[in-house]
Amino acid sequence: MTDGELKVWQIAKHFQGIVAVDSVSFCAKAGHVTGLIGPNGSGKTTTMNMITGLYPIDAGRIMLDDENLTGVEPHRIAALGVARTFQNIRLLADQTVLANVMLGTHRSHRKGLPSVFARLPGVAAEERAAQARCRTLLEELRIDRLADSAAGDLSYGDRRRVEIARALASQPRLLLLDEPAAGMNHAEKGRLGDLILQIRQSGITVLLIEHDIDLVSKVCDHIVVLNFGREIAEGTPAEIRQSPAVIEAYLGREDA
Amino acid sequence: MSVFLQQVVNGISLGSTYAVFAMGCTLIFGVLNIVNMAQGAFFMGGAYFGLEAARLGLPAPLALLVALVGGGVLGVLAELVIFRTLRVRGGHRWMGLVASLALARMMVGIAQEIFGTQVQRYPASTLLDTAWDIDGVRIQLLQIVILVVSIVLMALLALTLQRSSTGRAIRTVAYSEDVARIVGVPVGRTILTTFFLAGGLAGAAGMLLGNLFNVVSPFMGEQMLVKGLTVIILGGLGNVPGAVAGGFLLGLVEVFSVAYVSSSFRDAIGFGLIFLILLVKPTGLFSRFEERRA
Repeated sequence: MTDGELKVWQIAKHFQGIVAVDSVSFCAKAGHVTGLIGPNGSGKTTTMNMITGLYPIDAGRIMLDDENLTGVEPHRIAALGVARTFQNIRLLADQTVLANVMLGTHRSHRKGLPSVFARLPGVAAEERAAQARCRTLLEELRIDRLADSAAGDLSYGDRRRVEIARALASQPRLLLLDEPAAGMNHAEKGRLGDLILQIRQSGITVLLIEHDIDLVSKVCDHIVVLNFGREIAEGTPAEIRQSPAVIEAYLGREDA
Repeated sequence: MSVFLQQVVNGISLGSTYAVFAMGCTLIFGVLNIVNMAQGAFFMGGAYFGLEAARLGLPAPLALLVALVGGGVLGVLAELVIFRTLRVRGGHRWMGLVASLALARMMVGIAQEIFGTQVQRYPASTLLDTAWDIDGVRIQLLQIVILVVSIVLMALLALTLQRSSTGRAIRTVAYSEDVARIVGVPVGRTILTTFFLAGGLAGAAGMLLGNLFNVVSPFMGEQMLVKGLTVIILGGLGNVPGAVAGGFLLGLVEVFSVAYVSSSFRDAIGFGLIFLILLVKPTGLFSRFEERRA
């Protein structure tokens, strides 16, 4: 049950008559990095929003291992072990890095309102344990020196790392990364690639939306290509690079 | 000197009830960013809940609990019936403003129908009748109890917001509902909890102020809403310590202007001072949250 295999069957999403995703099916294998690529507006982020439950899905079915995610509320999907980052970074700018990462531990906190007043020491101990876990996580991501800085003061690349740390803090089975390399320089992209491989090593399934073809080729085991809300190709990075349909989608038809 | 000290005592006990009410307002207006004009009606409702409980012979702490839970339930109902419905249907926030204004007027009407327009008073008790004279300064037991109860409520709210997962959830929802969802926060339930807390604080404040002046009337919520709004703007929107400080400040200013100028100038001076402060510091005295929201 802890594998983290994602299966998506013929999911679809329309926005007031405009088809954003039209019958997409793929599988993100447990412990692998699966790339979701395609030109702008091809439905990648919409797909991710459906997997995390932020958008209700119009048709199809989504499963994580043997659990159904279709039509499940986002916070329950998160509780099942799905974490993500956003294309436009969403951190609490005036809060510390540690406080931001601590948000990710929300679902593992069992201390609701009544128990806070019932037994305070237990809460404090739990809070300390969660903090210790988050600090370890920051060390693994090599941003522990920034733990007490305000998230808004960080460089772009570091803010991305903090968002990834927040996602990992929830101890997910499946991690969704929405264009994590956007706006990064070459060196930062290199470090991000290493980080994604490090996450893969720890056994977490990764679904990656990315435009940077070098990064995708470096980290992905398998790639799914979308165009106009449809799946146009699927395969290993080498296969995808030679696929005529993909070349056409990105570069246009030669005779066009 | 004793006149001065007397006003300090009176101002602090009055200000503590303002602070309790304003904490609820800042949760709704500042943290959730929802315009709820019925917050004053919850205050009035709480005063009546507490009054009826006291008349049934419940001891004061239990009557306060009735006021608090009653106010909280009113808050929850307002969220379920008005605000959630409007959100789901994509209503503009002005619609929530008008709908909650309508709810407030309805509640005033219902209170008039049930309890009459006459001012009502709490039954006589040792709490209301005990007072001491210290060097010409009269201190009522009630004033001390109100201050203590207010401080306890403030501490409980601070603890809830800072230390519990509920508080973390509220702060996350305040920042971004999407972020809250993906870290596993049930957004709808968190908003509901916040309405309960805010309504409960309003209800408790209603009973406290109703006791302090020993006056309960269907119309007591309206001017309180204006005061609550003023205090949270003064303290910085969404800033709970700011709301507390602003509440005490408004209480003191009001009491002093009555004692040293004239009771008819109370609101003119109180609100005039606030106007001045805002001209000098438009983000409020203790703004911090304001920048984050922007």
